[in-house]
Amino acid sequence: MAAGALSILPGRRRSAIPGFGLAFGYTLTYLGLIVLIPLAALLMKSSEVGLSGFREVLADERVRHALWVSFGTSFAAALTASVFGLLIAWVLVRYEFPGRRIADAVVDLPFALPTAVAGIALAALYGPNGWIGGFFERRIAFTPLGIYLALVFVALPFAVRTVQPLIEEIDREIEEAAATLGSSRIRTILTVILPPLVPGLLTGFVLAFSRAVGEYGSVIFVAGNLPYVSEIAPLLIVIKLDEFDIAGATAIATVMLAISFAALLLINLIQAASRRRFGHV
Amino acid sequence: MSEMAATPARARRGRPPALYRVATEAPLARWALIVLALGFLTLFIALPLAVVLTEALRKGLGAAVAAIREPDTVSAIWLTLTVAAIAVPLNLVFGIAASWSIAKFDFPGKSLLITLIDLPFSVSPVVAGLIFVLVFGAESWLGQWLIEHDLKVIFALPGIVLATVFVTFPFVARELIPLMQEQGTADEEAALTLGASGLRAFLTVTLPNIRWALLYGVLLCNARAMGEFGAVAVVSGHIRGLTNTMPLQVEILYNEYAISAAFAVASLLALLALVTLALKSFLEWRHGDKLASRSRH
Amino acid sequence: MSATASLAQTTLLNVSYDPTRELYRDINAAFARHWKETEGQEVTLRVSHGGSGAQARTVIDGLDADVVTLALASDIDAIAQRTKKIPADWQTRLPHNSSPYTSTIVFLVRKGNPKGIKDWDDLAKPGIQVITPNPKTSGGARWNYLAAWGYALDKWGSEEKARDFVASIFRNVPVLDTGARGSTITFAQRNLGDVLLAWENEAHLATKEFGADKFDTIVPPLSILAEPPIALVEGNVDRKGTRKLAEAYLQFLYTPEAQTIIARHHYRPSRPETVADKALIDAQPKLKLITIDEVFGGWAKAQPTHFGNGGIFDSFAKARR
Repeated sequence: MAAGALSILPGRRRSAIPGFGLAFGYTLTYLGLIVLIPLAALLMKSSEVGLSGFREVLADERVRHALWVSFGTSFAAALTASVFGLLIAWVLVRYEFPGRRIADAVVDLPFALPTAVAGIALAALYGPNGWIGGFFERRIAFTPLGIYLALVFVALPFAVRTVQPLIEEIDREIEEAAATLGSSRIRTILTVILPPLVPGLLTGFVLAFSRAVGEYGSVIFVAGNLPYVSEIAPLLIVIKLDEFDIAGATAIATVMLAISFAALLLINLIQAASRRRFGHV
Repeated sequence: MSEMAATPARARRGRPPALYRVATEAPLARWALIVLALGFLTLFIALPLAVVLTEALRKGLGAAVAAIREPDTVSAIWLTLTVAAIAVPLNLVFGIAASWSIAKFDFPGKSLLITLIDLPFSVSPVVAGLIFVLVFGAESWLGQWLIEHDLKVIFALPGIVLATVFVTFPFVARELIPLMQEQGTADEEAALTLGASGLRAFLTVTLPNIRWALLYGVLLCNARAMGEFGAVAVVSGHIRGLTNTMPLQVEILYNEYAISAAFAVASLLALLALVTLALKSFLEWRHGDKLASRSRH
Repeated sequence: MSATASLAQTTLLNVSYDPTRELYRDINAAFARHWKETEGQEVTLRVSHGGSGAQARTVIDGLDADVVTLALASDIDAIAQRTKKIPADWQTRLPHNSSPYTSTIVFLVRKGNPKGIKDWDDLAKPGIQVITPNPKTSGGARWNYLAAWGYALDKWGSEEKARDFVASIFRNVPVLDTGARGSTITFAQRNLGDVLLAWENEAHLATKEFGADKFDTIVPPLSILAEPPIALVEGNVDRKGTRKLAEAYLQFLYTPEAQTIIARHHYRPSRPETVADKALIDAQPKLKLITIDEVFGGWAKAQPTHFGNGGIFDSFAKARR
């Protein structure tokens, strides 16, 4: 049944496993219907503003600043989420301690909680009269720091869940061998444990990053939303929409999408290269 | 390597053999790491959850339950469950098809395909709703055609499902692809050599190997499907008691200053997610040993 | 098919803006009763609430609204221009500029008014923190902005002065929420700011919800007359066969019964003389109210000049850097 589809794909290594045509065809169809056609509509709409329109959008200092705030805080948040995500995943996989399963379950909460609720809860915590915000002289919520907190919240599950399976897969006998051969624990971690985790860490970082860049619901409740200070790019999209400037809104969306797409593609290419080098599949 | 890789670590973890004990951190470092990790989780996740629960119970448990049983909220709960019940299986089938073709076969442009699958993660929820309005809205030709034929997509259930499917698109596939790549094709090839059909090889060899990751992907997909706010807000039309999902109902209640009620509904969402995750933990614990012994021989 | 058609005839969708939830809940109950009594028909009234601009957009994109009741005439203008479902002269089709009620902008301050805020120029003083939503995303915030502008124009008679004055008020704004309710929460629950610029009815509601012992309402001597308008979406009602019901609904808003409900929710009825309970009307403070048509030449002019992309409000943000 798959023969027809197989022959149109040159360069595919002949495999004994069936179902490629069906699975691949279905994947592309579904991807096309759900993701590619709607995104094509976005690109078409944004093309209404023309090249000069894009230049104008990018030349607007306020847009540039909002993009900078969005990408900057997202980078910081994804970095934080990755570092602590690795730590949390490690602790969850390797150590036994009371409440481990609860901690494991709680990690996914940011997916389930509506983002607006998360934003309101964070504003209540870190606001000037909040449980945590009340302790600090400096304002936390309603500054770029508030954006950062919200983004760490939404990004954390991605960072944890991409490295966690890889830590579970680590062959402990190699660690053992390293230890027996006199390697210090730190050295073992740096040379034996960490390297195979790097692809997962990278993936986690990029997924966390791209998710954070687009986040809106939680951020607007803790950001303060001041232009040139704490205004994020998705808010500018909403503002453009409220001005009935749909094409302008899609232009900003397209710029953001292009940057995220480039980052994702780069990481996936690096992954594929390392996979080829280490000989999987 | 491959034998170890196929063995779920969780099953091995229970009581480490003596050999492993050298290859771990000193107790002090171990506890320091645990405290640091739990501290971070508390600060970023447990405390916000605590705020939500505290606010929900501010007017007492009775008031929270009453808020959840209010007719508009009940209809929002049903809508959310319906949407998840349609969106999650769709993405489950896609996830299996995508990971099967990506992990078991070689073809040019694979990195591009994976990137396109990842792409919905990076689309702002605001934009994720907007793109479906662009396709199906009254200002597009397709939208005009739909209106002429009296068919509703956006501002009705199909639009809400589409936006949800888009937002949760990568979850199952993303969970399966790395694992299936890691596992390679040797097991399936062996089964086929022994005369099994393709479908049988998938059901008896592949599926057991990936079932935890599959379950995991489904749970994450489900949690996100029920919790999605931004994209659904754009395509819902916000009609009370008709097209409001639970997250939208939370926003409505909050905007009505029914703050306790809003947080009560939000808590219910969080609890739904925690219940499914607890179920997963339970299944792992229950079947962990059997699974480990099965894949060792 | 016929079953759904008859069902459609007795279902009405009112697409409205955010702060009217409580108002239309009561009005809808009253209208359903009224319709049952006069026509003997059960009617299902559905409401959709959201930011005024976003709601206009969903109607443009195809939401089947029978009537729209929004915060700004310019939002209904946008529907009229883009869909032709509403005639261009919609605002003349119903009494009182198609506004069954009006409202105005007042100040909500902390109990005892510790900063002594009495009038608009107190808001521009250094050290005062003013809470208002973002005029770019909130209809209510545009009224806040225009009221301040109108005050300055009345006092100094110069556009130049007015611009500086409003800019200095917005320099005192620490948080720009996207909607009116968000700002109220920021002020009342997060305890941020000295004064909240709010709809008159929002100030009452916030006091009721968060405690009368926490806030005082200050009515400035001059403010703006906000006219949230209503319109029939003719293109939709003709297709759905709901014209009669929708027209009756809009007319009902001008009846003594609805006008009383409106007054009870602290909006200002357009026909106060018809409200039987005179105490409700007397309780509403008297102040000088400027109108957008007199001072700003209508929404069609004010919207792009002040709030459009690159408009005066955008220039404040730039100057603030």
